[in-house]
Amino acid sequence: MIDAVKHLFGVKTFSHGIHPPDSKDGTRDLPIRQFAFAPLLIVPFSQHIGKPAIPVVGEGAEVTRGQMLAKPDGFMSVAIHAPATGVISRIGLTPAINGKMTPGFFLKPYEASTQEVMEGAVVDPETATPEEILTAIQNAGVVGLGGAGFPTHAKLKVPEGRSIDTLILNGAECEPYLTTDHRVMLEHAEDVMRGIPYLLRATRAERVIIAVESNKRDAAESLRAAIPPGQPITVEVLPVKYPQGAEKMLTSALVGREIPSGGLPLDVGVICTNIGTTAEIGHLLPRGMGLYERVITVGGPAVKKKGNYRIPIGTPLRFILDVVGVEDDITTVVMGGPMMGAAASSLDISITKGSTGVIAFTERETGRVNNQTEYPCIKCGACVDACPIFLNPSSLGLLAEKGRYDEMVDDFHLRDCFECGCCTFVCPSHIPLVQKFRVAKAAVRKAAQVAK
Amino acid sequence: MTQLAKTLTIRSSPHIRANSGVDTIMFNVVLAMLPVCAYAVYVFGMAALLVLVTATLTCVLTEHVLCRINGKPTTIGDWSVTITGILYGLTLPPSLPLWIVIAGGVIAVGVGKYLFGGLGYNTFNPALVGRAVLQAAFPAAMTTWPDAPLNRFGSLPSSTLAIPLTKPVYDGVSGATPLSDWKFNGDAADTSDLFLGTISGSTGETCALLILIGGAYLAARKMMNWQIPAAILVTVAVFSGVLSLIDSDQFAGPSFMLFSGGLMLGAVFMATDMVGSPITHLGSILYGILIGVLVVLIRVWGGMPEGVMYAILIGNAVTPQIDNWIQPRVYGSVKKRPAS
Ligand code: SF4
Ligand code: SF4
Repeated sequence: MIDAVKHLFGVKTFSHGIHPPDSKDGTRDLPIRQFAFAPLLIVPFSQHIGKPAIPVVGEGAEVTRGQMLAKPDGFMSVAIHAPATGVISRIGLTPAINGKMTPGFFLKPYEASTQEVMEGAVVDPETATPEEILTAIQNAGVVGLGGAGFPTHAKLKVPEGRSIDTLILNGAECEPYLTTDHRVMLEHAEDVMRGIPYLLRATRAERVIIAVESNKRDAAESLRAAIPPGQPITVEVLPVKYPQGAEKMLTSALVGREIPSGGLPLDVGVICTNIGTTAEIGHLLPRGMGLYERVITVGGPAVKKKGNYRIPIGTPLRFILDVVGVEDDITTVVMGGPMMGAAASSLDISITKGSTGVIAFTERETGRVNNQTEYPCIKCGACVDACPIFLNPSSLGLLAEKGRYDEMVDDFHLRDCFECGCCTFVCPSHIPLVQKFRVAKAAVRKAAQVAK
Repeated sequence: MTQLAKTLTIRSSPHIRANSGVDTIMFNVVLAMLPVCAYAVYVFGMAALLVLVTATLTCVLTEHVLCRINGKPTTIGDWSVTITGILYGLTLPPSLPLWIVIAGGVIAVGVGKYLFGGLGYNTFNPALVGRAVLQAAFPAAMTTWPDAPLNRFGSLPSSTLAIPLTKPVYDGVSGATPLSDWKFNGDAADTSDLFLGTISGSTGETCALLILIGGAYLAARKMMNWQIPAAILVTVAVFSGVLSLIDSDQFAGPSFMLFSGGLMLGAVFMATDMVGSPITHLGSILYGILIGVLVVLIRVWGGMPEGVMYAILIGNAVTPQIDNWIQPRVYGSVKKRPAS
């Protein structure tokens, strides 16, 4: 209700959501710095949703930084590039964040190499066709850098007979601790502006709205100053709220359109892309380069030398933590933000294109969360007030306890839950609601597969 | 390169949580009720103190013993049973024999809470369950109100320490509450007396001001759903206002209705019990309106002067239905009501 009032007064925001402490002080003022090369980089074939890429070099091959190592396998797949000049010592299995083993390149960088980057064919946004731009993005290996890792060219493809009017660039960066987008907007506003013409041309959108939360006003100013004259680009400063960066929330907040359940922003004439992705396109495409490194926030209470680093894809977590130094009582390393990121099970997993942050916690913080007593649901309604999708996590939780998964899907819209964790964050009974929903979703998926 | 030899803990996101817990919320409710308790003791003296302490201890002990009998860890640490105990004590006449206080307390927790499955599963507000049973079993004792005694800290009403199952003798004057005065004699008390609670009635019902302060504290800390008391009070004010416009001789006006009897205590501390009230805002408002209407209906047309207790119990009973009907409209979907 209060959100509705805010809307009346022109404050752009979405309904519900939460206000976790933003915890960005540790890194927001630290400029992006190049990270060291690990002695061994492990680059998985698949770093995104969709099909793994097909290797084009074999074991023993000498590769140059920026060279394509694997090519896309069909539309839902992107290329993989060498993060360093060196030799492919092995192709083998490597652990992924979900604990599964996936194939990858083991690359030993040459220590004496200048690490110059290989450049390729340049694409001009003025003359290229939309298809050519999409193919160039695919071959540059660009996926959503905001964490989801969806192939960007697939997202930008407007299907035959459909059209969009608005392109939303997501610079909200609502997850606590993360400051990569903040730094990129501040330091590389021109890359963002160079990327926008490609996106406009590819999608035929009429206008671009860049969304920035009000705790990054400096970034918003930097972007505003960089907008070339006559461009249909606006920068909107939104109130700080989680999960502002979710596509549905951004679309509601900025253009006041609700994306239909099970649908995409495309269904209401909108495409959302991460701001870092846009900057990367603006950096890579004019040079004909591929994506071989990305900006990552290394932070959290357990990290000594916190910072925003440009880290080569394939750098193992262990190496990163060794370089920055960690507290002795480190207990948990989260890949991504603390609200939706996954805890790493092993330090052997490596940085991929979707990694936004490496956030390490000590016993103090994790102990506080782990030792919370779980009480029965007291029907306080806090979760109902927090859920940005307007689900009823309390009812869903009670049904999950009884294993009534079908009811959760049919009557309580379980499929619409995008696991933002707001309900779990606020629940005073400390019920692991979103975990229960994940289990329920997996069970329903499995049942559907068996039925087939 | 040093080797990090660490065992990592894996857990599911979110990896950070808000600070509040059920125990914190409940503890704050206890805090919010303490001024009301203190004032009750000030007005009614030792007898009120004994009733409140006995009520609270009985409820806490009952829960503790029941948990232990069932071989479960005790749940008194979540503070919810302390709330039940204090609330229950606040609804009792200050001269009620202590053995009746104990009996009602055991029923409140044993039947009103534990039988339903404990915290989170009780349909009705346990404190009111206890009181409702006493009202049925001991109607005379439950409706005898002493005037504030002169020597209230030096002596006890003889009824307080009455021997179990005897008919207590009430000394002093059995004063009428403002509500029964109004209902049976047609006299409406002064609003300022009602507001400040310098008037006879149940232990904690009398001081509207302190109850409102306690409620405001909880609402400000987001530990209470303010929409519920607001809906109840507005409904009572509007409904009784309309009635008194029609016939001001027969129907008392809104200010009397709002500040007399257990309405404030019930609206702020009982109807807002999270477990027994609806989960959505719209549901809460409907629930509040329902209770408000019932309060006026029972007070005006019912056989007894006070209707708050029954109104809230009926509200509690309807809550699951309200929760069933009023589901939030899911983002990006047309409204669909669950089949159940
Ligand atoms: S995790 Fe799912 S149910 Fe919980 S708040 Fe987010 S969308 Fe709603
Ligand atoms: S926040 Fe937790 S305790 Fe409150 S209604 Fe939701 S599930 Fe129940």
